[in-house]
Amino acid sequence: MHFLSLIGGVVLTFLGHLGRLTIFAGTSLSHCLRPPFYWRRVASQMVDIGYFSLPVVGLTAIFSGMVLALQSYTGFARFSAGSETAVANVVVVSLTRELGPVLAGLMVAGRIGASMAAEIGTMRVTEQIDALTTLSTNPFKYLVVPRLIAGLLMLPVLVLVADIIGVFGGFLVSVYKLGFNAASYINNSYDFMQAFDVISGLIKASAFGFVIALMGCYNGYYSKGGAQGVGAATTNAVVSSSILILTLNYIITELFFGT
Amino acid sequence: MTAKISLTDVRKSFGPKKVLDGITLDIAPKESVVVIGGSGTGKSVLLKCVLGILLADFGAIKVDGEEVAQVPASDRDAVNRKFGMLFQGSALFDSLPVWENVAFGLLQREHLSRAEAKDRAVATLAKVGLGSDVAMLSPAELSGGMQKRVGLARAIAGEPEIVFFDEPTTGLDPIMADVINDLIVACVRKQGITALSITHDMHSARKIADRICMLYQGKLIWVGPSSEVENSGNPYVDQFVHGAAEGPIKMQVHR
Repeated sequence: MHFLSLIGGVVLTFLGHLGRLTIFAGTSLSHCLRPPFYWRRVASQMVDIGYFSLPVVGLTAIFSGMVLALQSYTGFARFSAGSETAVANVVVVSLTRELGPVLAGLMVAGRIGASMAAEIGTMRVTEQIDALTTLSTNPFKYLVVPRLIAGLLMLPVLVLVADIIGVFGGFLVSVYKLGFNAASYINNSYDFMQAFDVISGLIKASAFGFVIALMGCYNGYYSKGGAQGVGAATTNAVVSSSILILTLNYIITELFFGT
Repeated sequence: MTAKISLTDVRKSFGPKKVLDGITLDIAPKESVVVIGGSGTGKSVLLKCVLGILLADFGAIKVDGEEVAQVPASDRDAVNRKFGMLFQGSALFDSLPVWENVAFGLLQREHLSRAEAKDRAVATLAKVGLGSDVAMLSPAELSGGMQKRVGLARAIAGEPEIVFFDEPTTGLDPIMADVINDLIVACVRKQGITALSITHDMHSARKIADRICMLYQGKLIWVGPSSEVENSGNPYVDQFVHGAAEGPIKMQVHR
């Protein structure tokens, strides 16, 4: 009986969180469509999410591209001697469809999701959000909407950059380590890649950007209990957005490429 | 005369805990009322219910005769424009410089240009004894007393009709606390503001209040002029005013 009540409690808590998150997302989206808009805040968040995440996303992409080229080459070598030419194709398709958006999403979730939850959480526990309300400023419009818009717009830009850097990483290893011809590597990549490979990755990126900002803001907004509460909100924001990124990645892949 | 703020039978509970249990209070225009009471007696909840940050479970809250009890703060712009609030921890926005904190309401509500808003912020900082050199600093660079003064400047910058003070002197040394009290009195009197404050600092309460109310177990157990608080004839008020451990108010101390 005690065990059942424990399970029931967990399920009810989960459903409560889910309901609150749904209301939070709905409220945020409705405020995205209604003025006033804080464009200065949107621009500042775009710089924070886009520009300042470039180094971490770029480094992740270049090393992923390099590893992918190396692993593909050694993996294909087991099956047939001539399959090395497929390396360029594997690198470009894997990066644009999957690795670019997922790795960029996870890195940004760690960097931006955590900082959003910590900043908004600190504002909550120090009554700064209450202060916004008393100053006739809707906290959703001022804090949440700019982050959602910036996340939605900047993740695709970051992923586009990550795609280019990642393919370049594969190119470096293929040409300078594996001895491929540079021109034919570029030709192979260009010929094999389809526009939809890149577009599907960018659509994923937009969804991931929205989820990262949503989870960061949601966990920060409802944090309580001082420093410990803010710490928990930060952890929850990163963990939940990472899980949602991986879940959404499967769902979107199934929608676009499922047979 | 219509009360500036009128509370009738306001109730608020959190789960089984009754925090406000039938609060009735009228505050006249330009009057300064201070609610005293121990920690955790619901003073801040009372303030937040009037501000709309929390919604009362029951009862009426009127501002200038307009019912606001069930209207959340985010949906009552017109009423909020009448309010200024000094938070206990100042609640300054640490991502903004001091002048932008003070001018925040002017930029958002009155849509002043940034240059105009900055001039108004510097002028308001001068009213609370802070120079223009403070305007460009970040809140983190200020002492606790200076933060309170910036918080006060932010509360009065929009020339509100009603200002709420939440523990305005908590955490300050006695001299700085008295400076803040003087500033509150000066601001309230000069601008003809209606003030509702909550505190457990009796020196502060005596100095800034026209009337004092005592909140205990969710009810206002005494309301009277501040001059009578020493001789209220109420044993609860006497114990609180004199800070006596012995009396009808029993603190739960686990040994």
